Amino acid sequence: MPSFLHASLVKAQVKVIRLAASAAVLSALAVGASAAEPVKAAFVYIGPTGDHGWTYAHDVGRKKAEEELGGKVKTTFVENVPETADAERVIRDLAAKGNKAIFATSFGYMNAMEKVAKSFPKVAFMHATGYKTAKNFGTYDVRTYEGAYMLGVVAGKMSKSGKLGVVGSFPIPEVIRNIDAFTIGARSINPKATTKVIWVSTWFDPGKEREAALTLISQGADVLMQNTDSPAVVQAAEEKGVYAFGWDSDMTKFGAKAQLAASVLHWDVIYKPQLEAVAAGTWKPSQIWAGVKDGAVNIENFGTSTPADVKKLAEERRDAIKAGKLHPFTGPLKDNTGKEIVAAGKTATDAELGKWNVYVEGVEGTIPK
Amino acid sequence: MPLLEPRANPSVVMQWAAPLIAIGLTLLVGALLFYSLHVSPLKAFYVFFIEPLETSNGWSELVLKASPLILIAQGLALGFRARIYNIGAEGQLLVGAICASGVAIYSNGAETWWVLPGMVIAGAIGGAFWGAIPAWLKTHFNAEETLTTLMLTYVATLLLSWLVSVPWRDPDGSNFPQSIMFNDSALFTLLFDGLRINTSVFITIAAVLIFWVFVSRSFTAFQISVGGQAPAAAHYAGFSSRKTVWLSLVISGLTAGIAGAGEVAGPVGQLTLSLSPGYGYAAIIVAWVGRLHPLGIVLSGILMAMIYIGGDAGQVSLQLPSAITGLFQGMLLFFLLGADAFVNYRLKRRKPRALIKEATA
Repeated sequence: MPSFLHASLVKAQVKVIRLAASAAVLSALAVGASAAEPVKAAFVYIGPTGDHGWTYAHDVGRKKAEEELGGKVKTTFVENVPETADAERVIRDLAAKGNKAIFATSFGYMNAMEKVAKSFPKVAFMHATGYKTAKNFGTYDVRTYEGAYMLGVVAGKMSKSGKLGVVGSFPIPEVIRNIDAFTIGARSINPKATTKVIWVSTWFDPGKEREAALTLISQGADVLMQNTDSPAVVQAAEEKGVYAFGWDSDMTKFGAKAQLAASVLHWDVIYKPQLEAVAAGTWKPSQIWAGVKDGAVNIENFGTSTPADVKKLAEERRDAIKAGKLHPFTGPLKDNTGKEIVAAGKTATDAELGKWNVYVEGVEGTIPK
Repeated sequence: MPLLEPRANPSVVMQWAAPLIAIGLTLLVGALLFYSLHVSPLKAFYVFFIEPLETSNGWSELVLKASPLILIAQGLALGFRARIYNIGAEGQLLVGAICASGVAIYSNGAETWWVLPGMVIAGAIGGAFWGAIPAWLKTHFNAEETLTTLMLTYVATLLLSWLVSVPWRDPDGSNFPQSIMFNDSALFTLLFDGLRINTSVFITIAAVLIFWVFVSRSFTAFQISVGGQAPAAAHYAGFSSRKTVWLSLVISGLTAGIAGAGEVAGPVGQLTLSLSPGYGYAAIIVAWVGRLHPLGIVLSGILMAMIYIGGDAGQVSLQLPSAITGLFQGMLLFFLLGADAFVNYRLKRRKPRALIKEATA
């Protein structure tokens, strides 16, 4: 190591030791004053905050919640954390560094977070889209299928060929539910509409997402939806002159003509009360599943290509969902082999939706098993 | 007209100084980078390189991260010395992880001693087999191993994707592509309570010693080097360049395969789609920065692990963007290759005509 760097590193070390010493003295003096300190909370992101989709939506929610809590909470984030053994190190590090609440925003963090939660019983752990829970470990998610249904209604109106396409990430209940809800929405307008699905086995890989979108377009799909995290599908649609939707966030700037509307997630409606409870010391783990009714998901950012009557229809459906008059998974519903899955007059329960593992009528192909 | 000409006698001192110069330049440019991000460079270096070493957990994580990098790089270096460029250690790692997981999954619930050794052996065989395919392609069809090893990595990724999505998917895992969590008999024992460092680190230590003795003492290692660098000379001396190809690729596949087993039987604890954060590729840099020397690789492996861990720590403590990790790795290799170029070559100072005149005089 060059000597100037060595010298400065030694200096830095000395400085840090001094700082640590003075901090210890200060904290000994100011035990009572710590109540005014903001509570620290951290967010773990699967992608970059600039993905303009899933992670971006979480980050917008984080900032909004922090701002609205006015200094009670100080939040930080770690982005691009892979779902490898690294996730456990990052989550453990955040807990060890004094964060009182940690939010992990991808399914693959579940086992890592479960392990860390055991070693930090006083820290609040919240995991998005998972199913494991513990004494200090809760889950939260948005009813993204309600957004998918509303987009489906728009797709049913706008598709000329009646052929829709979805770029899927992984065939887990969440994503299959969204594909089905999209198809149910479209067929409520055009009963002949069908949906093709391509799985890309990743949440965030613009290259793969784009390839899948181009394949769907070449197979005749003229309206696309995606359950992945980047705006690549919207970009591909814009280039090829077909329609697409913003997913999780507004994607207008990646396809002003292509984007018919966006299903936007508002995570702050979950983050704000959770952080507030942590700051007040009243936090208890819960299993949150927030929807249109809670303001957690909404159809927004209608594009220039969307006629006013289509927009109006989509908003009417949204208001019906909000009022509890409409549930996308209301019978009679058949799977794509013709078997009845929800009887007439019944609606699928949350427990059933949580394990959803079937394509409804109109979705082509079979779920990869 | 090339700008560089080979030096007649590259300096041995400079060959070893090159990585230090590269590290120095990386830190210097890194300091500028931090400065431009409005973060004190000293504070950033402290978070990157010193803070992780202040706690026992930090040391544990560092060794846990460096261990597979060092293990893979040992195998790769053997081949690189012989100019057999195995770029596909990532794929060999994945196949090793797959084979090891197969043992764990099919013996699930068997609380017997042989599960873990069986996993390591299966991982070694799997990785070695994945390395043997390009060796066979090279010796029979003269297929370039840089291409075949890399392409086989994609095949390994798809194989892994199919296995965790279809036959080995956890039936209670909500359809997510991952296997069951392995039970204790299929996991390396933790060395200390509460830390993730486990007994697999002894495999890496043993490998370092074996490679060190092998490289410095064994005639086979000499044959491998000569066989790769000068096939004609090797042939004349009665060494087989085929043997070089086979040994290089099979041994580097084997070490990568064991590293894969160490991940699934270690901190990951199951077979998942994303089990390696690119160890197989990072190990290529580790091998070069370590000068292809078994002990040099230990140092460079630790440095690379620090950059990985420091990148996350930089995000946690300083809110630096995550791209910093990739920038550091890239700069390190870039400066090293640059420094190496000037160790072995020099800028042409005179016009070619003058050189020719000198040569013929």
